[in-house]
Amino acid sequence: MKHTISVLVENKFGVLARISGLFSARGFNIDSLAVGETEDKSVSRMTIVVDAKDERILEQVKKQLNKLIDIITVIDLTKKEFIERELVLVKISLSQINKAKLEVLLKKFSAQIVKANSKLAIVEACGDEQHLERLLSELKEFGYEELTRTGKIAINTE
Amino acid sequence: MVGSEILIECLKREGVEVIFGYPGGQVLPIFDSIYDSDINFILPRHEQGAAHAADGYARATGKVGVCLATSGPGATNLTTGIATAYMDSIPMVAITGQVPTSLIGNDAFQEADMTGISRSITKHNYLVKDAKELAKIIREAFHIASTGRPGPVLIDIPKDVQVQDVEFVWPQDVNIRSYKPTYFGHPGQIKKAAKLIANAKRPVIYAGGGVITSSACPELKALAEKLNCPVTWTLMGIGCFPAKHELSLGMLGMHGTAYANHAIMEADLIIAVGARFDDRVTGRVDAFAPHAKVVHIDIDPTSISKNIKVDVPIVGDAKNILGQLIEEIKKTVDISDWLKIVETYKNKHPLTYKKEGHLIKPQYVIEELEELTQGNAIITTEVGQNQMWAAQWYKFEHPRTFISSGGLGTMGFGFPAAMGAKVGCPDKQVIDIAGDGSIQMNIQELATCVSNKINVKVFILNNGYLGMVRQWQELFFKKRYSQVAISSPDFVKLAESYGAVGIRVTKKDEVRPAIEKALSLDEVVFVDFQIEPEENVWPMVPTGKAINQMIDGLA
Repeated sequence: MKHTISVLVENKFGVLARISGLFSARGFNIDSLAVGETEDKSVSRMTIVVDAKDERILEQVKKQLNKLIDIITVIDLTKKEFIERELVLVKISLSQINKAKLEVLLKKFSAQIVKANSKLAIVEACGDEQHLERLLSELKEFGYEELTRTGKIAINTE
Repeated sequence: MVGSEILIECLKREGVEVIFGYPGGQVLPIFDSIYDSDINFILPRHEQGAAHAADGYARATGKVGVCLATSGPGATNLTTGIATAYMDSIPMVAITGQVPTSLIGNDAFQEADMTGISRSITKHNYLVKDAKELAKIIREAFHIASTGRPGPVLIDIPKDVQVQDVEFVWPQDVNIRSYKPTYFGHPGQIKKAAKLIANAKRPVIYAGGGVITSSACPELKALAEKLNCPVTWTLMGIGCFPAKHELSLGMLGMHGTAYANHAIMEADLIIAVGARFDDRVTGRVDAFAPHAKVVHIDIDPTSISKNIKVDVPIVGDAKNILGQLIEEIKKTVDISDWLKIVETYKNKHPLTYKKEGHLIKPQYVIEELEELTQGNAIITTEVGQNQMWAAQWYKFEHPRTFISSGGLGTMGFGFPAAMGAKVGCPDKQVIDIAGDGSIQMNIQELATCVSNKINVKVFILNNGYLGMVRQWQELFFKKRYSQVAISSPDFVKLAESYGAVGIRVTKKDEVRPAIEKALSLDEVVFVDFQIEPEENVWPMVPTGKAINQMIDGLA
């Protein structure tokens, strides 16, 4: 099962290596990981989506993260009310598509073309996993050349 | 003050009495400051020896061990010693030189990414980029190494930081917002545990190295005696409870006593204290202690429910929690029937070996050593059969007297660890029980011991084999002895050439006089006991079996 874990860490060099090293050394799977500064410049937030086979492994992931000296707090958001968002950028070739149809689709998903020329367009979309998966599945019909995603960020709403 | 002077000043303020270290290009400024310092400095003959010696010193004294090496190969040579300390939760600070900050990442001469290399074998590590941070980092390093679940901390100091001139400011206290170990048990959990304990009919205490780390041996004994509860321990727990006590079950697990393993398998409650249910203890995990509820006391939350599902976890310091438990438990049920059952296990499956034959039995050597030292020596071991025989046959009565690489199982550990232990406890007899294979892995420290008059004794149980691997090949690979016959130098001449005393023992009746002589000499002594070549360690739990499915090869 997938769990979204929010981790506050010291904003120091090497912290990401400690975390990724921990995951690889202990055989835990990371689905996605996003890092950025917070309201406090000395603290970064990492949003890690882990795929844990069972509760025991999830517990170990959380405890092992907590044990790292540079980690301040570990919160399992899956057990709370939270909002998650992810940004995707998609490169679409415009040569053989119906541009009007594409624009209708993008509007439906509140997505937009952020840059375009005669040959291609870069589409930007933001949303939760379900929203983006639906968009991407419908975008398939237009074919896309490249796709990049930020990984999820999340915040609790309590 | 320049960085290297700050380093030495901080080490003094941290109470460091001895540094085990080796010079080199990127630590020249540090060695220049050492030249003026009154800290005892021991120069081993290999950096690995420095790390194990610092570790042995820490295990024997409970203080933080300090080792020091130059960048690159000096630093990488420390890694086996750091990993050994990490696996056994030993407080250690390893200081390494690094190429100047301007060269880091350039594949400079003798450059190695030590914070990267040591990340998974240290509790924490630091690369110091500015001498202004040095004092704070050293304070933090000693704090982290010695508190919570202890472990090694590495400080990598580039050469330019060692010569950088800054104002020295000693931080009054350490405050790391992200590091706050739990020391006292949760009262609710203590109550739950006390209730389980008070009603258990077949309890067993299972104690590990954490009991020794937290100095909880008196509390452990008090709890055992209050409950009349049998006590077994792990390899790391040896010495936490007197082996000759009537409630003692000895060590459990793969080469534990049969009666300890049977008791665990029949127990209805296991009180685990500072132990981590290692695979050498549990055998087949899903068959381990099938009737037992488990109370687990440990300062490291990750140890809890990692291998074995725990019913009542209590996170905190063993000494505090055992004290809290003793107060909380008022009345207990009568368990005299259980003690009778345990007694029958002891009578039916005693720890034993075949005593006949004219060849020297290793177990006999250790029994004699125990008698002649009255259980008062510090025993270090190498890894393999020598380690298991020492663990089984020397009856340890005191904590910090058995020093062995438990988690990592590092051959070559025992001799330099003995050296460190002797430096920390100069008035004690320190004896390394070695094999002919292991001793050759760090034998160069003979020179260190002789030149510093660190008068340890090394008892080589010489069987001409890498004995434990040979035993496995005998039992599980149809006696196809692949690369386990090992030749050795003449250990007597070798010892003598270093300026130590060498004694060879080939007959049974020479064993006792040789031990007496070795113990009486205030010199470094190597005793080469030529033992039965194919003696095995019994009993043994084969891998994948439950711990009561032991084989003993004695029938």
